[in-house]
Parts: sequence; C-alpha cells; structure tokens
Amino acid sequence: MRKKWLAIPYALWALIFSVIPILLIAIYSFCSRSPYGNIVYTFTWDNYRRFLEPIYLNVLWRSVVLAVQSTIICFLLGYPMALLIARSDIKKRSLMILLFILPLWTNFLLRTYAWMVLLRDQGVINQFLIALGIIEEPLKLLYTNGAVLLGMVYNFLPFMVLPIYAVLSKLDHSLIEAAEDLGATSLEVFMKVIFPLSIPGVISGTIMVFMPAVSTFIISDLLGGGQTILLGNLIQNQFLVARNWQFGSSISIIMISMILVCMAIMGRYREEGGELW
Amino acid sequence: MVKKALKGTYITLMYLFLYLPIFLLIVYSFNDSRYRGSWSGFTFRWYRELFQDRTIVAALYNTFTIALLAALIATVIGTVSAVAIHNMSPKAKVFFMNVTYLPVLNPDIVIGISLLALFVWMQLKLGFITLLLAHITFNIPYVILAVLPKLKQLNPHLEEAALDLGATPLQAFFKVILPEIMPGVITGALLAFTLSLDDFMVSFFTTGSGINTLSIKIYSMTKLGVSPKINALSALLFIGVIGLLGVLQARIRKIYD
Repeated sequence: MRKKWLAIPYALWALIFSVIPILLIAIYSFCSRSPYGNIVYTFTWDNYRRFLEPIYLNVLWRSVVLAVQSTIICFLLGYPMALLIARSDIKKRSLMILLFILPLWTNFLLRTYAWMVLLRDQGVINQFLIALGIIEEPLKLLYTNGAVLLGMVYNFLPFMVLPIYAVLSKLDHSLIEAAEDLGATSLEVFMKVIFPLSIPGVISGTIMVFMPAVSTFIISDLLGGGQTILLGNLIQNQFLVARNWQFGSSISIIMISMILVCMAIMGRYREEGGELW
Repeated sequence: MVKKALKGTYITLMYLFLYLPIFLLIVYSFNDSRYRGSWSGFTFRWYRELFQDRTIVAALYNTFTIALLAALIATVIGTVSAVAIHNMSPKAKVFFMNVTYLPVLNPDIVIGISLLALFVWMQLKLGFITLLLAHITFNIPYVILAVLPKLKQLNPHLEEAALDLGATPLQAFFKVILPEIMPGVITGALLAFTLSLDDFMVSFFTTGSGINTLSIKIYSMTKLGVSPKINALSALLFIGVIGLLGVLQARIRKIYD
C-alpha cells in the first residue's frame, strides 16, 4: 500500500506542467491589458467580447467549416477503406493497418511540407501536367483553401480509418450471416446491420479528425500561406506576434471548451472504439 | 471479378495517397536541380551541404540531446508512476489515468502555449531547459501507457515471494519486478525518444532564441519556400523516425497481445 506514495513525483509533475498551465491560460483570458500590453490582474470579459467581433467570428466560422469539410471527406474516403481492411484476410490485415498507423506517429510538419513540394508552381504536379500537354501555364495550387483542405484530409485520414476499423474488425460475423439467411441483399446487410453497428467507430473517428483539424496551425500556415487564417493561426499570432496573451488565452479557452464537449460525447463510446494502436 | 479489381484499385490509390508525397520528397532530395520540379540528375550535394551548415548541425545536436535526456527522465518518472498507479484503488486509478490522458488528448497548440505561459510566469529563460521540461511532460504519459499493460500481466505473488524470502521492497523491485516489466519500459523509452525527436508544435512555443531543433529549423526554412536542402533534411528525419517506429510497432504488438 505504501507504493501509492510513488505517485507523488508524477502527481507533482502533472500538477505543475499539465494542470497549472491550463489554469494560467484560463486566468489570463479574464485579465485586462495595460497600455503597454502587460497582463493586469483585474477581471474583465473584454477578451471574450472581442472574439465576438465579425473578423474573429469569421475565423471561427472558417475553421469550423474547413474542419467539417475535411471530416466529411475523411469519412467518405476512410469508411470504405476501413471496411476493405476489416474484410481482408488476417495476415494482410495487420500490415494494412500498420501502414495507416505509421504516418500518425511521424511529423505533421514534414508531411505537410511534402505537399508544398508537390503543389507549388514549379512543383511535381504542375510539371507533370505541363509535360503531358494538358496545361501550358502552371495552375495555382499552393496557398489556396483547397490546398489546406487537402492537407487536412491527408494528415487526419488515419484518425478516421483506425476507430472504424477497430469496430468493424470486432463485428460478430454471425449477425451478417443471419441477415443473409433471412434474405437481405448485400446492400441491405450493409445499411441495416453493418453500418448501424459501426456508428460508435464513426463517432470516434469524426471527433478525432475534427479536433486536430479545428486546432491546426501548421497546415494553414504552410499550405494556406497566410491567406487562410484559422483559429490555430490566430492563437499563434496572439502569443508570438501580437503579444496579446489575454486574447490568445480566451481563444484557447473557447477551443478547449469545444473539444471538451466533443470528448464528453466521445467518452460514451470509448468502450467500443477509438483505440489508436 | 470487376468488383475485386475495383477494390484493389481503391486500396492501391489510398496507399499511394498516403505514401507517394513522402516518397517523392525523398526522391527529390537527390535531385540536382535547385528550383525546378523536373528531374535533372542524381546528387548527394544537398546532404553534403546539410552537414556543412553549422546551424543545422547544432539543431541536430540539440534534437538528439533533448530527445535522449527527455526519454531517460520520462522513463524513470513514468515507470515509477506506472507502478504506483497499478497499486491504487480503482477510483484513484481512474483519476490518474484521466490526468495521464490529458496531454495525449489536448491539442498540441494548447500544450505549447500553456507551457509557454507557465515558463514565462515562472520567469524561466526560454531555451534548452524549457524545451527539455516540455518534452518530459508530453513523454511521461506514453511511458505510463507502455508500462501499465506489463504490470497487469505480472504475477502478483512474485513480489510477495521475494519479500517473504527476505528481499527488501527495493530489492524486490529491482530484482523481480523490473526485469519482468523491462520490455514495457524499453518500449516506453523508445516511444518517448521517437516522439521527442519528431515534435514540432510544443518545441516551437517553448524554445527561446538561438535554440533550434530540427523541426523548428525546417519550419523556419519553409518560410523561404521549398528548397532541396529542406527536402534532404526532411528525408533524413523521416527515414530515421519511420525506422524507429517499425521497431516500436513490433514491440507494442507483443505487449498488448
């Protein structure tokens, strides 16, 4: 029983480096600003009120729209993939799923940069199309909203495939056989048996794609080229460039709240899916 | 037949989508042409230039030192905490696991800025030390998550037997428990090392002027556009991390099976 005390170093570490930082951000988000931009510890709603200005609501709107779009595309591309992997034979399956796990543990920055190499005016795609004679002038692919969306789908697709796969691979096959024996067509089996049973995985996947998509700043920074300002860019800007930590904090708190709501929904489905390994 | 071909095509396209950009990036790091995307001959020039660039070599050194130190410290703290969490009452366990999941689920940008706020509030000078503290922080949970399954598989009577035979609790830990959970500990350490090597977001916010890691260096270079040197540096980092992950994946599978 004495072993419990071994948790003290970690408890202290987590308190100082995980809990207090978040509290600090929460406090800053209600602090005023001195004329020189310093933090003044008097209570104000100003930082939240400022977020209600049209420019910032626009940023929120754009972030949410892009995150929703990328989530939908990830779902449309990822669901069939998860289904195909879950139906492959056991031997191939582990390699196929491993190839979806690997990218998740590599650097987002590098994977996003790889698309800069492909999309720029002198990039691989434009050179290829020009060589084929399809176009004469390079297309503007980089620094567009489309490029940001592509970057999101590319980076976050595995987050959709993995939880759906986790649910589908554990599916009780006798249910499908029963439906087939009772005369259901393969479309009916999918719509009435497989898909409803996989919904927990779809929900986990949706949240796991939406969360990083709504908070990213790398993808919009590299592929949007400063033209696509999202929540993440706004936070980064307020902390490192504008030095308005109070406002940056209030945006962070708004983002954390959005994510907490998502996690509360996810918590209900954690049992059935959402494993990353 | 047609259905099978369609399925095959879809699977192939998806994997091409995932891996072709990385593959092309690596191929283009050997391209002799500086500006154009077309191929103009094979060269090692960009790799040579990398190792002649002092700022890049310094970034490489920082990256490895921080990854090694952070992995080492996080492994010690994480292993001890995992043992503690394993022996807790169910309620306390749930509480601690939630705290453990906090940095895993929190968006990187929030971890980054909140640590920045903490370090400035503590009046720590941003640089090597703050980077190290930040890396240890995001590493500990992964070590705990790697060691806990091994503890669950442990026969609880082993330790009692050691204690009955006259071992001190410390001896029992080092001679009986630790060798048993060692695979989990090593996996946790490797995982921590890899994540540390690979991190950009948290490092970006918690570093000070003059201290770069490879990822931060790459980020600042991308501000000037695409260059073959970044391709080469990215290719190196990619291949290194993918290699480490290959080793890790095999180990993690063993732990969870």
